[in-house]
Amino acid sequence: MKRTIPLFLTAIGGFVLIIAYYIPHTQGWGEVAAIWFDILAAIAFLLGGGNLMKIHLKKISDHKAGWAYSVITIIAFLATLTAGLGKVFSPPSMQYPDMAWSGSYREIGSAFWWLFEYAFKPLTATMFSMLAFYVASAAFRAFRAKNFEAILLLGTAFIILLGRTAAANWVTGWLPESWAGLKLENVTVTIMQVFNTAGNRAIMIGIALGVAATSLKVLLGVDRSYLGGGKG
Amino acid sequence: MKKETLIWTIVMLLGAVVLVLNATLRQHGPAGSAYVEAVPQRFVDVSDPGEIEPYWISYDSEEALDYEICAQPFADIPAEKREDWIRYDQATLGKYLEEEAINPARNPYQFSLSRTIGIWIAAFFTLFIFSFLYKDNPFYKIAESCVVGVTAAYWMVVGFWDVIVPNLLGKLFPEWVKLWAIPGLEEPPNYWYAVPLVLGILLLMRLSPKGAWISRWPLAFVIGTTAGMRLTGFLHADFLSQIRNTVIPVIVFDPTNGSFDWWASLSNIIIVVGVLSALVYFFFSIEHKGVVGKTAKLGIWFLMVTFGAAFGYTVMGRIALFAIRLEFLFDDWLWLIDPIQRRVPIEEVALLWSSLSAGFI
Repeated sequence: MKRTIPLFLTAIGGFVLIIAYYIPHTQGWGEVAAIWFDILAAIAFLLGGGNLMKIHLKKISDHKAGWAYSVITIIAFLATLTAGLGKVFSPPSMQYPDMAWSGSYREIGSAFWWLFEYAFKPLTATMFSMLAFYVASAAFRAFRAKNFEAILLLGTAFIILLGRTAAANWVTGWLPESWAGLKLENVTVTIMQVFNTAGNRAIMIGIALGVAATSLKVLLGVDRSYLGGGKG
Repeated sequence: MKKETLIWTIVMLLGAVVLVLNATLRQHGPAGSAYVEAVPQRFVDVSDPGEIEPYWISYDSEEALDYEICAQPFADIPAEKREDWIRYDQATLGKYLEEEAINPARNPYQFSLSRTIGIWIAAFFTLFIFSFLYKDNPFYKIAESCVVGVTAAYWMVVGFWDVIVPNLLGKLFPEWVKLWAIPGLEEPPNYWYAVPLVLGILLLMRLSPKGAWISRWPLAFVIGTTAGMRLTGFLHADFLSQIRNTVIPVIVFDPTNGSFDWWASLSNIIIVVGVLSALVYFFFSIEHKGVVGKTAKLGIWFLMVTFGAAFGYTVMGRIALFAIRLEFLFDDWLWLIDPIQRRVPIEEVALLWSSLSAGFI
């Protein structure tokens, strides 16, 4: 029962949607399924929040190393949750000014907006911006122009990086108009529109075939890894 | 104290002193201050006494001129027929100073303490995260803990208000949701949505040690429907459309004058050859030897160019993000740069431009 019913649910859910795709009258089922999927994804966020609380509260109660950081995590979590779910300092909508909760939870000036603007945005943006250093450092250590393929990869990356900056104009801006095609900004465009398009198309065709094959394996019950281990 | 720690402590202390001096020794308030414009929002219910549903309009709109109730001062309108609050729009120090010089008693622009605190917190968070470039430290860990907490709650809130309320509660209990969250909701209940509700509750059983196995049911449904949708979606949108887009003429003539367009022809030939050769490389059912091997090799070259382009774009995106963070620190927080002249009144900007132009001419 623990494995058979999930396999049955997977097959029914998937095949109904595939069949519905070929019957015009039932094509709306895909949209309904997408909404149900969104609902379950939103509930999965609740699950994620619950799990976060569970793990960090346990860490605090056990006084494990770094438990003070867990306190900070929980405070940040609860503060953001309260500000967002309670629409704190969020004005009502203009159509229904008499209803306190009719406004958007992201309204400028609300507590949730404040947390997004001054905590979420700078924190995540800085985290991602730091990758610039690590990508560059990893590239410096790992990339070596030791064969033709590596030279192609490095050369393309270098041209793309230069071609989209003001440096492109300094390097090749002096070329006469009859040689305009060799200017770095134009070389970048050619790479993106011709060579990159060709490579990306092949990759996308490969991905589509891979997704189709994996989906069939899942729907036919050949791939059951998503059910996890254990006896059923 | 170790020598290295001592050096860093001195650097940090010097930085803090410079920060305090920069923040306090400024003519127009501390650096990193935020200014807002107070915009009054006034609404009046103009519905007739017999009507059940109220009809709200803006007291300051042109539509208000058509109603007698709006002819009287706002304060004289009965309390149950009016609502008002102040909206605070983002403003600049320049606008504040400009208005202060004209009419300080009725200046709609004002200093915002909450947003100033926000800028300072955002700046410290930015520095805390960057401190990891030196090495892992408590400041970075504090910022990291905040990222985890805020991000988890952020997506929970977004999921609740954007999906659960309108698409689940709004479908099952529209009358109830209309009372508190979506006043304009006018649709009959759709009890089919009890299915995702039940599946959602089963999903939450994962938090219970004994009932975790039952969460496989909604998970199975999600995976099944995703597989079904993705199978048709990818075959239709990616597989077929990419093939369709690759079936292109390899000899192209210019439609305007009918002459042979060698560049468009060459581009199309490269695209067709590139796609086919890269696909040959992905085909592992035959050994890559002879003609197949050489074609696969050509495919690798195309793929290398694609990966190089993707790498270049990724690095560039991250550097752009880094530049934005630096701009925030030097412009919004420290006020050391002012690229769009936000802190100088508009007249002074105009004056500056005219004198610069005069200087150049």
